[in-house]
Amino acid sequence: MLVEKAVALSAILFVLGTLGALTRRNLIVILMSIELMLNAVNLALVAFSRQWGDLAGHVFVLMVIVVAAAEVAVGLGIVIALFRNRESVNVEDSSLLKW
Amino acid sequence: MVEGQVYPLLRWIVLLPLFAAAVHGVSLGWLRQPLSRTATIALSCGAPILSFVLAFVSLIRLATLPPDARFLTDTLFTWIGAGSFSADAAFLFDPLSAVMTLVVTGVGSLIHVYSVGYMDDDHRDDRGFQRFFCFLNLFLFSMLALVLGDNLLLMFLGWEGVGLCSYLLIGFWYADRWNAYAGSKAFIVNRIGDVGFLIGIFLLFWALAGVDAATVNFRELAVALPQIADQTVTLPSWLGGASWKLTTLIGICFFLGAVGKSAQIPLYVWLPDAMAGPTPVSALIHAATMVTAGVYMVCRMSFLYAEAPGASALIAWTGLATAVLAAAIAIAQTDIKKVLAYSTVSQLGFMFVAAGCGAYSAAIFHVVTHAFFKALLFLGSGAVILAMHHEQDTDKMGGLRQLIPWTHRWFAIGVLAIAGFPGMSGFFSKDEILLSAWLAHGVPGHRALYAIALVTAGVTAFYMFRLHFRTFLGESRVAPELRARVHEPNRWILAPLAVLGVLSVVGGWIGPSAALNPIPGVDPAQSNSLANFLAPSLASTHHEVAFATERWLAALAVAVAGAGALLAAWLYLWRPGLPARLREAIAPVHRLVANKLYVDEAYDALFVRPLVVVSENVLYRGVDAGLIDRVAVNGSANLVRGLASGVLRHFQSGLAQGYLVVMLIGTILVAFMVMG
Repeated sequence: MLVEKAVALSAILFVLGTLGALTRRNLIVILMSIELMLNAVNLALVAFSRQWGDLAGHVFVLMVIVVAAAEVAVGLGIVIALFRNRESVNVEDSSLLKW
Repeated sequence: MVEGQVYPLLRWIVLLPLFAAAVHGVSLGWLRQPLSRTATIALSCGAPILSFVLAFVSLIRLATLPPDARFLTDTLFTWIGAGSFSADAAFLFDPLSAVMTLVVTGVGSLIHVYSVGYMDDDHRDDRGFQRFFCFLNLFLFSMLALVLGDNLLLMFLGWEGVGLCSYLLIGFWYADRWNAYAGSKAFIVNRIGDVGFLIGIFLLFWALAGVDAATVNFRELAVALPQIADQTVTLPSWLGGASWKLTTLIGICFFLGAVGKSAQIPLYVWLPDAMAGPTPVSALIHAATMVTAGVYMVCRMSFLYAEAPGASALIAWTGLATAVLAAAIAIAQTDIKKVLAYSTVSQLGFMFVAAGCGAYSAAIFHVVTHAFFKALLFLGSGAVILAMHHEQDTDKMGGLRQLIPWTHRWFAIGVLAIAGFPGMSGFFSKDEILLSAWLAHGVPGHRALYAIALVTAGVTAFYMFRLHFRTFLGESRVAPELRARVHEPNRWILAPLAVLGVLSVVGGWIGPSAALNPIPGVDPAQSNSLANFLAPSLASTHHEVAFATERWLAALAVAVAGAGALLAAWLYLWRPGLPARLREAIAPVHRLVANKLYVDEAYDALFVRPLVVVSENVLYRGVDAGLIDRVAVNGSANLVRGLASGVLRHFQSGLAQGYLVVMLIGTILVAFMVMG
C-alpha cells in the first residue's frame, strides 16, 4: 500500500512541477519547478525500487541527484548571465528565436 | 606448366624511368625548384640507358635457358586479389617482350640523347626543358609496363599510360591552341579503341570463367584458351542475331584497341595531327614505340588469333587498306613530318598484314626494323627542321645537301632502308611480310592481298624518294635570308643519327629468312634467328616454301621498289617541271589526295559536329542547365524556401514555454504509443 501512496504523491508533485514550469514567467521559479519534477520522479523510482527489491532504482536516483545538481549550477549561471544582459528574468522577454 | 625463373632485376628496367620521372615531377610540381641542366640530362638520359643495359643483361640470362622454359618473371606484389581471381604487379620477360624491351629502351635512349640537342633550341618556356624530360621518362615507364606486364590488366595500365604521355607531349607547346587540340584529338580517338580493348578483356575473362579458368595472366591464358576455342555465341537480335565464333568476337574487340593505338582505319586520323608535338616525340612515341603497341598486343595474344581466323582476316585486310590509303595520301603531302606520319601509318598497316596472315614474328621483325629506320628518318627530319629554323614545308627546301651534308647522308640511309634496298633492314622485314601474305591460305583473297601490298611497297619507295629529293636535292627553294643561317646540328643530334643509321643498315641481319641467308648445315626451319628466338612466345605458323619462290618474290619486291624510286627520280630530279604540269592535269584528284581525302572533314560532319550539337543543346542546355540545375537543384531549394516562409515559420513563437507545451504533448503521445 505504501507504493501506491508514494506513486500517487509522486504523480501529484510531477503535475505541480509541470504546471509550474509551463505557467510561471520567472526563470528561477521555472528552474525550481523542474527540480520538483525531477524529485517526483526520484520518489517514484525509490518506491518501485523498494517494491521489487531491485537496487537499480536507487542507483538511478543517485544519478539523477548528481545531474540535477549540475543542471542547477549551469541553469542558475545562465539566469545570472541573462539578468546581467537584459535586467530581467522573465521568460517572455527572451524570445529572439521567433520568426 | 613450366615454371619460369624468378629474376628480380626486371623490376628495375621498369622502375628506373619512373624514378626519374618522379624526381622531375617532385622538383617541378611540388618544390618548384627546377634541377640544373646537367642534372636533368644525367637523370633523364641515365635512366633509359641503365634500363637498356639491364634489359641486355636479362636477355643474356634468357638466352642461357632451354627454349621451352625461356622466360623470366618478377612479381612485385599482388595488385588485385578477389576470391580466386588475382592480378599481380608482375613482369614477364620472354623472347617477345625481350625484343620489344630492347627496342623501347635502346631507341628510347638514343632519342633521349637527341632530345637534349633538340630541346636546347627551345626557349618558349624556361622550365620546358625539364618538363619535357619528365614526360619522356614517364612515357618510357608506361611503355615498359605495357611490354613487360605479365597480365592483361598491367598491360592495360601501360596502354593508358602511354596514351596519357602521348597527349601530354603532343600538346607540349600548349600555348598554341592547335597543339592542344591535336593532343585532345589523339587522346579521344584512342579512347574509342580502348573501349574495344576493355570489352575484349571482359569477354575473354567471362568466357574463361565459364570453364572455370578465369585469369588475366598471359601464360595461363595461352594454356586455358583451347577450352573455349570451339565456343560460339549468338548475338542479340538488334545486333543481327548471327552466330559468331567466340574467339573471333574477342579477337575483334582486342583489335579495335590496336586500331586506336596503332592508327589503323578508321581511327588513324589522330596520328598525322600528332606531329604537332616536338620531333623527338614524333620519333619515339608516334613512330618507333607506342604506335607499335597494337602490333605487340596482337602478337602477344597470338594464341587467341590463331584460333580466330575471321578476326585474323579482318586484321590483314584492315592493315592493307590502311597501308594503301596512307601511302596514297603521303604522295601529295609537302610537310616533311606529315609525309613521315602517313608513312608510319602505312608501315603499321604492313605490320598488321603480317599479323593477320599469322606471321607474328614477321610483324615483330618489322616493328624492330621500322623502329630503327623510322626513328632515323624522324630524327633526320628534326635535324632539318632545326637547321631550317622550324620550317617544315618541303616546298621551301630543296638542295639542302650542300648545307647539311651529314643530315642528308643519314636521311638517305633511312630512305633506302624503308624502300627495301637489298641487304638493308627494311628489305628483310618487308620481304617476310610480303611472303606471309603470299602464303596466307587462311585469309580470303590472299593473292590479291599480296599483289596490293607489293604495289604499296612500290608506292612507299616513290613517296619516300620524292620526300628525299624535294628536301635535299634539286634546286634550292630556300629563302635567301634563311639560307645563310642554315647550319648542321650539333653532336647531341648527329650521334643518335649515326647509331640509328648503322642499325638501319645492319638491323635486318637479326632475322633474315632462310632463303635469303642460307647457312650451310643448318635446318632452314631453324636458320631465321629472330623467328626462332621468338617461337616460344608466339603461336606457331610455319609454312613450307620453296627457296626459289621466295627469292623470286624478293626480287620482284626489289624491282617494284626500284621502279617507284626511279619514277620519283624521273619526276623530281630529271624533269623538274613535270610534277606541276601533272598536278594541273589531274587537279581534282590531286586536291582530293592533298586534302587527305577529306576524311577529317567527313568525321567532323558525321561524328564531331552532331556530338557537339547534341551536347550543347540537349545535354548542356536541356539536361544540365534545365533539368539538373533549374528543376532538381534550384527547384528543391525553392520548394523548401516557399514552404518554410509561407507556412512553417508561423510555428516558431520564440517562447520557451510554448515549445515546452509541444514537447509535453509529444512526450505524452509517445508514452501512449509505447504502452498501447
